[in-house]
Formats: sequence, structure tokens, C-alpha cells
Amino acid sequence: MDPIRERPVLDVSGLPTVMFGKANTTWLANLLYMMIEGTMFALVVASYFYLRTRSSSWPPGNLPPTLGWGITSGAIFLISLVPARYAQRVAPSGDRSKIRWGLLALAGVAVIAMVVRGFELANLNCRWNENAYASTVWALLGLHTGHLITEFIETVVILCVSFTDKMEGTRLADVAINSDYWYFVVVTAILSDFVIYGTTRFL
Amino acid sequence: MIGFSRVPLLAAGVFASYPGDHSILHPAGPQASNIEWLYWVIFWIVFVVYVVVVLGFMRAGARTYTSADEMLPIMKDEAGDRRASWAVGSAITITVLTLFAVLVMSEITGKKVEGETSKNPVTIQVIGHQWWWEVIYPDPQADQTVTTANEIHVPVGKRVVILTNSADVIHSFWAPSINGKRDLLPGYSSAFWLQIDQPGVYHGQCAEFCGLQHAHMGFSIVAEREDAFSQWKAQQLKPAQDPTELVTVHGRDVFLSHACVMCHTIRGTDAGSRLGPDLTHIASRQMIAAETLPNTPGALAGWIVDPQRIKPGNRMSPNPLQPDDLQALITYLQTLK
Amino acid sequence: MAISEPVVVPQSGAADRLARTWAQPRGFWGWFQNVHHTAIGVRFMVTSFIFFLLGGVLAAMMRWQLVRPEHNAIGPDLYNQLFTVHGSTMIFLFAVPMMFQGFGVYVVPHMCGTRNIAFPRLNAFSYYIYVVGALLLWVGLFLKTGADAGWFAYVPLSGPEFTPGKRSDFWAQMITFTEVSALGVAICITTTILRYRAPGMTLNRMPILLWEKLVTSIMVIFAMPSVMVVSSMLLMDRTINTQFFNPSVGGDVLLYQHLFWFFGHPEVYIIFLPATAIVSTVVAVFARRHIFGYVPIVTSVVATGFLGFSVWVHHMFATGLPQMSASFFTAASLMIVIPTAVQFYCWMATIWHGRLQLKLPMLWIFGFFFVFLIGGLSGVMLASVPLDWQVHDTFFVVAHFHYVLIGGALFPMFGGMYFWIPKITGRMMNDRLGKIHFWLFFVGFNLTFFTMHFLGLHGMPRRVYTYTPEMRWGALNLLATIGVVFMTAGILVFIANFFQSKATGRFAGPNPWGAGSLEWATPSPPPHYNFLELPTVNGREALWEAEPNQPIVGGVREDIPEVLVTNTLDSEPEYRDELPGPSIWPFLTAIAVSIAFIWSIFSPWGIAYGAIPVVITLIGWLWPRGHSPSPRVPEPALEARWIR
Repeated sequence: MDPIRERPVLDVSGLPTVMFGKANTTWLANLLYMMIEGTMFALVVASYFYLRTRSSSWPPGNLPPTLGWGITSGAIFLISLVPARYAQRVAPSGDRSKIRWGLLALAGVAVIAMVVRGFELANLNCRWNENAYASTVWALLGLHTGHLITEFIETVVILCVSFTDKMEGTRLADVAINSDYWYFVVVTAILSDFVIYGTTRFL
Repeated sequence: MIGFSRVPLLAAGVFASYPGDHSILHPAGPQASNIEWLYWVIFWIVFVVYVVVVLGFMRAGARTYTSADEMLPIMKDEAGDRRASWAVGSAITITVLTLFAVLVMSEITGKKVEGETSKNPVTIQVIGHQWWWEVIYPDPQADQTVTTANEIHVPVGKRVVILTNSADVIHSFWAPSINGKRDLLPGYSSAFWLQIDQPGVYHGQCAEFCGLQHAHMGFSIVAEREDAFSQWKAQQLKPAQDPTELVTVHGRDVFLSHACVMCHTIRGTDAGSRLGPDLTHIASRQMIAAETLPNTPGALAGWIVDPQRIKPGNRMSPNPLQPDDLQALITYLQTLK
Repeated sequence: MAISEPVVVPQSGAADRLARTWAQPRGFWGWFQNVHHTAIGVRFMVTSFIFFLLGGVLAAMMRWQLVRPEHNAIGPDLYNQLFTVHGSTMIFLFAVPMMFQGFGVYVVPHMCGTRNIAFPRLNAFSYYIYVVGALLLWVGLFLKTGADAGWFAYVPLSGPEFTPGKRSDFWAQMITFTEVSALGVAICITTTILRYRAPGMTLNRMPILLWEKLVTSIMVIFAMPSVMVVSSMLLMDRTINTQFFNPSVGGDVLLYQHLFWFFGHPEVYIIFLPATAIVSTVVAVFARRHIFGYVPIVTSVVATGFLGFSVWVHHMFATGLPQMSASFFTAASLMIVIPTAVQFYCWMATIWHGRLQLKLPMLWIFGFFFVFLIGGLSGVMLASVPLDWQVHDTFFVVAHFHYVLIGGALFPMFGGMYFWIPKITGRMMNDRLGKIHFWLFFVGFNLTFFTMHFLGLHGMPRRVYTYTPEMRWGALNLLATIGVVFMTAGILVFIANFFQSKATGRFAGPNPWGAGSLEWATPSPPPHYNFLELPTVNGREALWEAEPNQPIVGGVREDIPEVLVTNTLDSEPEYRDELPGPSIWPFLTAIAVSIAFIWSIFSPWGIAYGAIPVVITLIGWLWPRGHSPSPRVPEPALEARWIR
């Protein structure tokens, strides 16, 4: 039997059990996830530019995507930053009513964004199976649309939780982290729009 | 007809030079020679590195080895570590310098190999197909353009440029005694230079996996004297000899009335399809089916009747001909020199 | 310096409480709810080893077909499937799941001094997804419609025009499954290493193995997306007629190669770095000293991680690249030798100024030194563009990559197995059988693969199902095939040793090798709570530098599965986090995701309809469980306090 020895103890019982901001491990996981998805976007964009070097005209034989829908889409995403930031700001306070309003507004703007995205896709002026340019444009927007839809669903789920008494503790931090992911959706939207609408017109 | 006496010599050349010449260590031209030089230099460098490092590990192990089995206490050797820092630092420096030397020699060799160009080369287009090589000697005048398959002729000592392309998947053109390889990519055409300094027949093989019969996609490069080359080329330009005897006329009719005409060209007849190799001068080639079989009546017959048995999965369908039709066809094809 | 033994601080019932809190359910359905890292780690290791054996069977079949010229034991269709599934299995279904996922998931939380891996359900999900992907590839083979375009499946050969049917689709979707799995594990391991380390384990005191797993995880995060993008593009070309790779409408076949190798080269370092970490760990233990050159080695590991992304074009030297491009990538490919050379010299110095006990794991490490080095040096030859033009796509390359993968990963893996299996099973493995395994494998491996260098130099290209007698490759091929017999015998000896030792081996105890890292402070096998008392750390080798009364961590709750979260740089305690307990949702979600992915091979609507069950299972997964009340409002942050 080993001798029983006294040992100094580092007592951590006083530490909190919920953290906001970058100390939260879910925040880190979200960051790593954004790195993964960001790399995917970067590679699709890189493929777009690479294929462009292999083509003498761009878009090759197609009309560029209709600019109006791109601008509308970009504007909606920029507007969405407001409810996203609001929800993030009020989350630590634990005020369920404010959190609900913030998430509801965010979800609402996300719905509008998805509707606009539908029109955007219909007005790309090319079908994905026509040529490599069209395939890449559809791939880029398609990838983003996937993110848009999953983020919308996630927002709705958290919104539902906010109607229960489980919206407390770590769940409040999750509300804030959800907004971080929404920012990623907005940034990738703007960049994708620039690639799709801008490079066919300005570069 | 003088050129045809070269055929037995060439055939002898096939068997004399074929085995053993298919090696990067048996160069027959400047490109492969330069690469072989580089190979040996780098080989000896890495050999010495290997021996030194292995001896180092063996020495390290031997000098501190203990057969004690029990758990020994953890030790420190600060003086030894200080000496080791110098040794490791020196080793890293030598490593960096060695790698730099390898880099420089690679660059030099690369420039030499790529630099063997010319303003007046023999130009050959090689287009990869599943599973054969289309070989074209282009000329601004269409009737001066040679089209053949699988067997490439070049004049000894002259710069040759190969313009690559592919009709389907990625292939790779590789004759190790001549030069490194170049991939044949659909949608790309690149210029690939070679030069052969010794007459002979050099074997090549596809070196990028291209499907079911990648293993049987060989080619050969016949390097011959300038005059022999010109004669060969002139002969290749001629359309197919018109058959005169009963059996060869019958053979041509067999060709034109069966599936052959769907894929093969024999210039001088109505057969003009480019799906398969050009057969206008098939009898002038040493091998058939992309260096898979010798060009003999028996092999040719077996190939025509059941190509799937020899190269399963290839694009030529079986042709179950009547024996006398087959015999006539073979006889006719053998007149296409 | 004495080694600190784990000491039990008197706290009655702590072990029982912790055992109850961290218990994983038993029984059939219980197996699918297990979220503890040791169970998931073992599953990854066992499953990947099974696929290693299966991949080896395919290799033996290939060697049998090539044993003599014009052998027609196996025709081209089956042969093409064999080398494709062999390569894909070894890389995607064995090397990464074993070296990075299985081993990492098992050891990392122990080495950090914590009770479970971060995001335990994501970890479990990653395992189930991997298994489905693995089965997908092999079901294709068994149905004789297996992937057959090579493990990198170049277009146009793998595309819709030249590979009809589902063959390449199975391959492309297997990639999706296994990459999602690897990415999931990468998130878990990165978070565990950055945030769950024991107090006192600053970055400067982190074991080299944790540095390596961190770098490898980041490599996975940046590299895997590339292969996901390219395999999805291939799948879309084949199923919904996109034209990414069709040159006649603006597509490009080299785009495929760039995207693939941007992943493919880091992939081999994702396999190799875990092996170097095993070497650094084992060398220190059996030289009975701290590793020489901790900072240079860590720097080399990080440098390899970066440089691994800068060399991919060296797989494309024969495509007719512009000269400047070729020069840059030659330089980068030569440069990446340097960090590995640094590690070699540091390992040599460690042994030189240590005291070598050549126990069984260390024998394998010496095998690694002698075998991997050949592969590394033939890599130097391949980095040189003109030489690569000759030997690219020949058996010379096959020799090279088997030397670096088997020498560089498999030898350390076996060494690591003999080293850590006693911790996992609680029993030592038989020493004599282990040595027989080593020598059989060493001889067989060199016989098979050294001869391949010559075959390549003498013109034998890769991926040929047969060759003619005129090429004079028969004798060398025969020798190469004979080597397979020895390797097989060695592996059979290992398997026998494993089962025999598990049943009747000598009990290992917590630290049979006198090692220094924290996993050796737990009983063998460790209980589900890992550590009875959460440790603090005083140096780079925790157990070697522990004070006689090294502090422990107190105050982490024992009635719920709680872990201590520390900050990234200094590992100072920051907060306590409750981890999820056992859950069926990872398994159910994996089933839903699998249905969606597999359906999408057969119909593009598969993703759309298949997404519905995925959303449902994810909601089930993410919906908060109310079993222990978290405070409604977070408390003001308090410092950790020292008591006693």
C-alpha cells in the first residue's frame, strides 16, 4: 500500500462553469470549423480563377450573372449583421426576451436571404452543366447556399431553445457563438458575390 | 525497293537492342545521358549520406548500450549535450549545403536537357489513345503529312520535337533510353525534345495509368541514318499499293466489307476512319497492337480474330472470319509495306 | 531524478464516484452510446488494423499476379481494382485512422492530464462515419464494381466518359466519409491540446507528441478540404454533368491534379508526423534521458507542417510545367528534407549521450532509422526534376513511397504498439515473438521493395497488370513477391502475440517502461475517469520532473463529467466545463449522414431528401439535456486558489 502523503491542492472549485468569448471551447471549435469551410471556399475561388486563365473569354459565351440580384443579396447580408450582433450582445445577460427577439430577427432576415438566393441562382444566366465556368459559379454559390441553410436551421433551433427554460448557462454562450458563425456566412457571401459578379465585369 | 533490305537488319536490331536498352542507365542520346549523369552523382551523394548516418546510429547505440533490463534512472549529460549541439549544428549545415548542391546540379541538368532544341527539328505529333499511339509527321501540305501508329522513325543525330496531345485520357510518353517522360494531356499540347545518337530500336511504354490495357501500350523509336529515314518517310507517304493478285484483291474486299473499315484507314481505298491506327503501311512495322505482338502472319491472324483475348478490354471487337477470308486478308495486309 | 509515482490522496469513495460518473453503458446498444476517448480510440485502432490486413491481402494478390511475365492469374479489370483499393485502403482507411485518429484519440487526453477528449460525441460520430466510408469502398470491390482508376483517380480516366458505372463514385464518396471523420477528430484533438492541458503544462513543457498532434490536426484542417472539393467536383461531373474537368468546354485536367495533390502531399506528412512523434517519445524513454533538442524538434515539426503545403507540384513534374514552377517546387521539396534531418540528428544525439536500453519498441525505432532513411534519400532523387522525369510513375516511385510509408510510419507504429499496448490492455507483449516479428518483417520488406528501385530504373512503369519476358523484369519481380511471404509471417506472429499476451501476458502496471508522460501515471488499463487525481506538471517529462509532493487539482466536480479548461499558452485554469455523457445521437446522426451521402451517388436529390433525417438527428444531438443545472447567469470569474 502506498504511503498516504499530503499534497498541495490547486482548488478550482471557484472557477466559473460558463465562459463567453474566445475562452469558450465551443468558440474554438467554431473557429476551426470556419477555417475548414473557409479553406473550401478559398479553393473553389482559386479553381474559378485558375479556370479563367485557361479561357480566352470570361464568361465564355455566357452573359454574366444579373448584377441586380447580387447587389440585393449583398445588401440583405449586410443588414443581417444587425440582428446577429444584437443577439450576441444580449446573450450574456441571460434576458430571454431580448435573446428571442434577436434570434427571431436574425432568422427572419435569413429567410429573406434564402429567397433572394433562390432568385440569384435563377438569374446566373447559365446552367451548371454548360461549361466549366458555369459549373464553378454554381459550385461556389451552391457551397454558400448550403452554409446559409444550415445556419438558418441552427438559428431556428436555438430560437426554439430560447422559448424553454433551458436557455441558460452554456446555451447563452452558444447564442453568441452562433452569431460568429453568421458573420462567417456574411463574409463568404460578400466575397463570393464579388468573385461572381465583380470579376466578370471589372477584372 | 532498296529500303526494304533494311527490314531484316532492323528486325535483328529489335532483338539485339530491345532487352536491356529499356533502361535509364543505358542512354542513347544527350537528354538521357545528362539525366544518367545526374542520377549517378546524386546516387553517390545519398549513398555516402546513408552510410554515414547509419554508422552514426550504430555508433551511438553501441557506445551507450546497456543490457541492463531494470528501469534505469533518468540521466543528464550537459557536457555531452554541448558537444552534441556543435555536432548537430555542423550536420545541419552540411545537409543544407548538400541539398543546395543537389538543387544546383538538378537545375543545370534540367536546362541542358530542355535546352537541346533547334530551329529546324524533325517535328512529330504524338497523340495518345486508349491504348495505342497516333504518330503524325505534320507538314503544311496535307499530302506531305505522314500518319502512322506506334512505331516512330527518327534520323540519327538530329533534334526531334514531339508535340504531345491526347484523344482521351492522360497517357505518358516514355522511352527511358532516350529521355524522361512527358504526359499526354487532353486539352494541352507541349513540346518535348529528343535526340538519338546511336542507330537502333528503342522501346517505350505508356507511363501514366490509362485504363485496362495500360500495360500493353508500348511504342518503339527506330533511329536510322538520314537517308534511310528519308526513304522510310517517302514510302509512308505513298498510298497503299493496289492489290494485283486474286488473293490480295479478295483480301482487300474482306477488309472493306467487314468491321475493319469502321476504325482503320488504308489510304488509297475508301477506308478513312481515324478511330484506330492507320494501316496504310502496316507491313512496314516490326510489331502490332502497340508493341504487344510481333508482326507475323500468325500473330496478326490471332489478333484480328480475337483481340480481346490478347488485350482484354481494348476497343477492337472480335472478327470471326472464315479461314480463307482471314488468309486473304492477312496476305493483303502483308503487301502494305 | 526520481520518478514520481502516482499517489492516492485520501478521499473516501472518490474512485467509486468517478467510476459511476464516467461509466460508459454496456450491452449491445450501450456500445453505440459510448463517448469515452479510450473506447473510440481503440475502435479506430482495431478497425484500421483490420483494413491494413485486408489491404495487405490485395497487395499479396498483386504480387502474385506479377510474379512472372505474362502471368494470367488476374486480369486487368480486377488488377486495376486491386491496386486502387489497396492504395486507397492503406492511405485513407489505415494510415490516417490508425496513426492520427486512433492513436491520437487514445493517448492525447491522457497526455494532457484530463478525463476525456473535447467534444466526445463528435469524436464518436467520426468513428462511425469512418466505418461506413470504409465499407463503401470495399462493398464496391466485392460487387466487382470497385474503384479502379488508381488511389488518386486522375481525370479524365475516372470521369463519366471513361469510367462508367458507380466505380469512381464509391471512391469519391469514401473520400467524403473519411475526410469528414478526420476533420471531426482534428477539431477534438486541437481543442483538447489547446485547452485541456493540466496546469503547469505550458506550451514550452508540452510533450513532443502533443505538439505533433496539434500540427497534424491543423494540417488536416487545411488539407482535407482540398480533397473534399476535388472529389465532390469529380462526383458532380459524374452525376449532374458539371464540366470542371472537360477541356472541350473550358475545364482542365490539371485542375484536378493541383487540387488533389494540394491535399495529397500534406496527407503523407499527416501520416509521417505521428510516426516522428512516436520516435521522439520512445527514444527518450529508452535512452533514459530528455530528448536532445526539444526546441529544434518542435520547430521542425511545425516547419514540416507549413512546408508540407508548398511542395505539391512535385507530383506533376512530368506534365510539361513552366521551368520556373519546376525550379520552385524542386527547391521547396529539397528544403522540406531539412526539418526531418534535424530530427534525425537530434535523435542520434539523444542516444549518443544517453544510455540505450534496446528493448522491443526501440528495436522498431532503429528499424525506422535504417528503412525510412532510404525512402527519404530516394525522395531527394525524386525532388530533382530531370531525374523525376525518368523515374516518375515507375516502380522506383513505388519503392520510394513504400520505404517512407512503411519505414516511416509502419515501423514506428509497431514500435508504438509494443510500447503502448501494455497501457491499453494492462499486459506486456511477448518479447521474443516481438523480435521474430521484427526480423521477419524487416527482411521481407527490404526484399520486396528494394528490388523495386531496380525495376523502375530498368523501365517498369507502375500499375501494369503484366509485362513481357523480353523486358527481363521477371527475376526481380519474383524476388519482390517472395518478400511478401516473410512480411505476412511477421504480421501473423504479431497477431498471435497480441492475443496471447492479452490473455496471459505479464501484468504491466502503470509504468513498465519508466516513461515520463502523464498517460503512464494511470493504472493499466486506465479507468474511464483516467486520473483519480487530476495532475499538475512541472516540466517537459511530467513524471520525471514531478516534485515529491507535486500538486494535484481539486475542485473539479466528481458527480458530473466535468473537466478543467485551461488557457492556451500557460495552461492556467480558466473554467470548468461539463462534458456530455453517453449518447446515441452520434451513431444516429452518422446513419443519417451516411444515407444522404450514399443516396447522392445514385441521385442528386439524395442530398436534398437525405438532409431531412440529418437535420432531425442533429437537433436530437444538440438539444440541451437538462440533467444538471448550470447557473442561470455566469458567476464572476474567480481565480483558482491554493489550499493546504
